Amino acid sequence: MGCGFAKSDQLKKRDRETSLLVPAATAMRAALLIQRWYRQYVARLEMRRRCTWNIFQSIEYAGEQDQIKLYNFFGYLMDHFTPASSERNLISHIFRENNICRNVDWERYFCYKSIEVPELYSGPHLSFPITCSNAAELVEAFKNKQQLHSRYVLQLLGETWRLLRILPNISQISTCHSKEITICGDLHGHLEDLLLVFYKNGLPSSEKPYVFNGDFVDRGKDSLEILLILFSFLLVYPNDVHLNRGNHEDHIVNLRYGFTKEVLGKYRLHGKKILKLLQKIFSWLPLATVIDHKVLVLHGGISDTTDLHLISRVDRHKYVSALRPPKRTRQNRSGMIDSDLEDDDPTSKPVDSSRRRVHSLTHSSSTGSRHEVQRRSLQGLNNRVTCSVEEELKERRRQAGLSQSYGDLRNSLANSDSDPDSGELLESYGDEWKQIVDMLWSDPMPQDGCVPNDVRGGGCYWGPDVTEEVLRRHNLTLLIRSHECKQEGYEFCHNRRVLTIFSASNYYEVGSNRGAYIRMGPDLVPHFIQYQANRATRALTLRQSVGRTERSALRALREKLFAHKSDLISSFQEYDPENTGLISLGHWACAMEAVLRLGLPWRVLRSQLVGDTLDGMLDYHLWFRELAITEPNTELSNASLLETMYKHHSNLETIFRIIDTDNSGLISFEEFRQTWKLLSSHLQTEISDEAISDLAVSIDFNKDGSIDINEFMEAFRLVGGDLLQNERDPH
Amino acid sequence: MSEDKESAEAIVSEVHKKIRAAFDVFDHELNKTVDVREIGTIIRSLGCFPNEGELHDVIAEIEEEEPTGYIRFEKFLPTMTKVLMERNVGVPSPCTPSTGSPSPLSPLSPTHRVDLPGYHRVFRPIPEDLLLQAFEVLDKQKKGHLELEELTKYMTQEGEPFTQEEMEEMLSAAMDPDKNLIFYKDFVSMMTLDDPR
Repeated sequence: MGCGFAKSDQLKKRDRETSLLVPAATAMRAALLIQRWYRQYVARLEMRRRCTWNIFQSIEYAGEQDQIKLYNFFGYLMDHFTPASSERNLISHIFRENNICRNVDWERYFCYKSIEVPELYSGPHLSFPITCSNAAELVEAFKNKQQLHSRYVLQLLGETWRLLRILPNISQISTCHSKEITICGDLHGHLEDLLLVFYKNGLPSSEKPYVFNGDFVDRGKDSLEILLILFSFLLVYPNDVHLNRGNHEDHIVNLRYGFTKEVLGKYRLHGKKILKLLQKIFSWLPLATVIDHKVLVLHGGISDTTDLHLISRVDRHKYVSALRPPKRTRQNRSGMIDSDLEDDDPTSKPVDSSRRRVHSLTHSSSTGSRHEVQRRSLQGLNNRVTCSVEEELKERRRQAGLSQSYGDLRNSLANSDSDPDSGELLESYGDEWKQIVDMLWSDPMPQDGCVPNDVRGGGCYWGPDVTEEVLRRHNLTLLIRSHECKQEGYEFCHNRRVLTIFSASNYYEVGSNRGAYIRMGPDLVPHFIQYQANRATRALTLRQSVGRTERSALRALREKLFAHKSDLISSFQEYDPENTGLISLGHWACAMEAVLRLGLPWRVLRSQLVGDTLDGMLDYHLWFRELAITEPNTELSNASLLETMYKHHSNLETIFRIIDTDNSGLISFEEFRQTWKLLSSHLQTEISDEAISDLAVSIDFNKDGSIDINEFMEAFRLVGGDLLQNERDPH
Repeated sequence: MSEDKESAEAIVSEVHKKIRAAFDVFDHELNKTVDVREIGTIIRSLGCFPNEGELHDVIAEIEEEEPTGYIRFEKFLPTMTKVLMERNVGVPSPCTPSTGSPSPLSPLSPTHRVDLPGYHRVFRPIPEDLLLQAFEVLDKQKKGHLELEELTKYMTQEGEPFTQEEMEEMLSAAMDPDKNLIFYKDFVSMMTLDDPR
């Protein structure tokens, strides 16, 4: 303020000099004009900024939905195909994750002792039990881009697992005057942000307790480093560092969003072990933290059925992936019973026989009926998903009053099995599972009520009435959650009873959003600290940062357009019965939404996407040519296959990674073919063997006849860099 | 005749969709209302150039009798449609300065033409040359640039003054960082380059 006064004194002095020069009335008119013009300019920028945000968010959520649909499809295959079928074999291991993880075996399996740390190793060394100076050294080392040796990684993870197992599902913590609690939201592999938080706020310690509210991994490039730092502080200060599980602490989600790839890339030799161990650790992460019995901190949110007493009693580690309810027992083909539960857990003993499997086996005795069932319920599932998506997006998102009940969603998430007994079996876990999915995946909405979260495909949307009710029922005053990116890094809703905190700045693109963390003392009033990790962005003007973020959003959008080219063209042609090649911009906007269903304001975006028009008519063939996307360098003749590949880029990569059971990053031609078969049955489209062979020929095989997944996916990227994994600018 | 009518209807329905799309971007609660503080952004982003006074007139017209802080779409749509239709019909297209090159600031002088029925003045785009003239008027010595203090003074003390925030934002884009001067000609052409129309 003081400096403001000084400034205006200066101005007044100048005033007297300059006002003599320009006649007051003229100056006023000129100023008015400039102000009028400038305010319009800023308004236009603001509109662009909001649209950019919508593009990123729509594309992000569409991806999550895709992921869950694909996963449902695999679940469906598991339930409906015979154990011997090749499709099942390819994917069954993702549902059987823990069979090598029984205590005795897995201690041996993960034994780090045989791994030597070479003398040449220049990275950080750890000693166990780990000390606070170890943890601080680790932070320093990662700041300097060093890597932790795999022996230490495994040892650290092993210790973490041992500790996590004794923690309750809900951590109860308390504030006191000398100790404010710091709460961080999603970090998503953005190490820069975590380092900045530590720099501004100090390292975790017994004087400086922290709650990290999930989504440590995926998307950013340093997810593993973040985990290692958080785990090492957890080990040093188990009473002062609290980690809540997020929806990305899930090995299935990691297949698509980059964490699997990151670990395998950084630890070529032991990456697979590290991943296995992490899978287990994730399932043991606590689910929520309660501060002073009044403030509930959890990753996603709540639903009308959320019951903390029930949650405090679940065996959380059974939910290795929150995307699917666990089964009581499973029998793998070698006849071994693999259980998700630990041996020391008395409830883990198989109670039910595998009736479910028997049932699907009976189906398979008559091939005809099996296929019929398959087709019918697959379609049912797809229709249901598509219908609800359609409805949802038509009203844009979060419209209350959908006719669909939560039960529908649960069924479609669980699987669309209509077997009468299956319900029974799921029943006992169904409620528990729903509690957990709701905690990890839900978002608040402004309307009252509780509806399935069709935009993300999992969890629910809950309204202010649900917040009131759940907080009242548990005698709480505030819910702190993360899970959604906010431009300012935090946001209140539901009459300030729900607070979203998000700590990954520049999440969508450099400059797209600020990160924030919360500090909270005994008065339980949240204080916010905002930041932006990238130094360069702070110097950008609004115009520059909007422009930059927008370019990246539009690039992502163009990628979508290109992937749906043939659908768009045929939709345009419906508006162009005389085949003039021209349509009005209004029709263009209608067709865009009809095909892409992103719920975007196409009429507002029009000026960014469409260049020249002839009297308001758009030459759509020319428009596609001008989208100017560099086509990949292949002589692939099959355009529709190519389009499928662009459209389902992430699904394809997910399947590749699932099929690559040994996590080598390489797959054989046969596996390559199987991937496409799986994708084509998921999409219910025909992809001929010939087309797949063509594709295989058009790419370079390694000499031994295997395909490198990363290379393959890179070769078929439309535009450099995945939307959410963009490389940072070097500066 | 009926064809004309049809095409007029088509134009109106297109204008409606455009207004709705812009409105929806700010309708965070999806209940067909927006915060009254965002109405200016919506109106301006639809290509209109009202000054603050004129904006208040429009808001007064569409606000509830008991102002709630929110504007309903039903109220906004007819007014905004009228505005955009009048602009489409009544005003020469901005790209053809058919009014003849305006003598310095003459179109600026009747600031209160908004009192007349219709909105076309309010919403008429500001041609680049006129904007440049406005800057030149302030640059009394014709140096080709304004000093930081000069521009700040005019923008925060004259007309409808900028807030501190608006001023800082404008300067961050307008000021040459090495010389601390505003080369307004470059600034204007840079800013109008962003204009899609």
